[in-house]
Amino acid sequence: MHELSICRSVAQVALRYAEGRPVGAVAVKVGALRQVVPSTLVRCWEIATATTPLQGAALLVEAVPAVVECRGCGARTELAEPFPRCARCGSAEVTIVQGEELLVASLELAEA
Amino acid sequence: MGRFHRHADGTAHAGADHAHGDLAHGDLAHGDHSGYETGPLRVEVLESILAENDRTAEANAADFARAGVRVVNLMSSPGAGKTTLLAAVLGRIGAAAGRVGIVEGDIETSLDADRLGGFGAQVALVNTGHGFGGECHLDATMVRAGLGQLDLDALDLLVIENVGNLVCPAEFAVGETAKAMVYAVTEGEEKPRKYPVMFRTVELVIVNKIDLLEHLDFDLEMFLANLDAVNPGVRTILVSAKTGAGLDEVCGWLLDQG
Repeated sequence: MHELSICRSVAQVALRYAEGRPVGAVAVKVGALRQVVPSTLVRCWEIATATTPLQGAALLVEAVPAVVECRGCGARTELAEPFPRCARCGSAEVTIVQGEELLVASLELAEA
Repeated sequence: MGRFHRHADGTAHAGADHAHGDLAHGDLAHGDHSGYETGPLRVEVLESILAENDRTAEANAADFARAGVRVVNLMSSPGAGKTTLLAAVLGRIGAAAGRVGIVEGDIETSLDADRLGGFGAQVALVNTGHGFGGECHLDATMVRAGLGQLDLDALDLLVIENVGNLVCPAEFAVGETAKAMVYAVTEGEEKPRKYPVMFRTVELVIVNKIDLLEHLDFDLEMFLANLDAVNPGVRTILVSAKTGAGLDEVCGWLLDQG
């Protein structure tokens, strides 16, 4: 249950970029290879932002699928399970190219 | 248009070219480019959520490098035997224990830190709790607070004994040189598949309590196959902190001697 600390970190980043302006929504990207549960994140967001300037701001979570590139056959394939395997040839010699994201993408400022 | 630029709606960002239908711009209304202000103002951020933690982790890592200390972030589920293993390691390396430091992370109590006293090692306790419950992991800031209790220059090895938990500690860098985990054979064969982030993030899995194998249905080969599916080629050492089996190899790895 580290979603609460993650929300506190999101809030820190958002407040820094907001520079005192009111925030309507915060968009985050969460890769499928992170053990972060989007629905839990949204619930924790309300707790983490209550009584802060971000209270009432929406948290928009975009789930990013996991994609690997095979060093053998060169294919780029999406993972159905969190195990690094090429979906085309089955090789474990793969590089993770997407799915480890954990970032604040943007802010939507509220009408002042 | 490939450099940092400002839009008519007041948002600005650096980036290749606009692909305003892309994921980064997603569902949020982005002002059009006609010069009229339509829709809410957007601010591009694209910053790691854990950036603050990572900056502190880098500061920790710089301090560790300056002091020439190897730092191992040791993780496991509760009860896998981290503290018993560390006590056995400290007992085994004798006088060298004086050059070892331990950061002991626990939600509550000093019980584990107390067990590790008396071996000559420096022990710093970091309780993550604040009354009711507490953080389920050590982050870089908590470790940094613990470092104030240690004389880093006097150390060759610092072991950060993380909070017992197979999920959260894997997400937080603390400035360590290496991540390792202790796994007890009593935990079953399937855990690498259930907690892939933790098992994928470590470079060593210490498989503990092998003295119990004869009493269990634990299928070691299946466990190792599950582990290999998640973290191909990861190193494993089979140990019993109770009988001492495999501990020399663990000591060698911890002290970076093989």
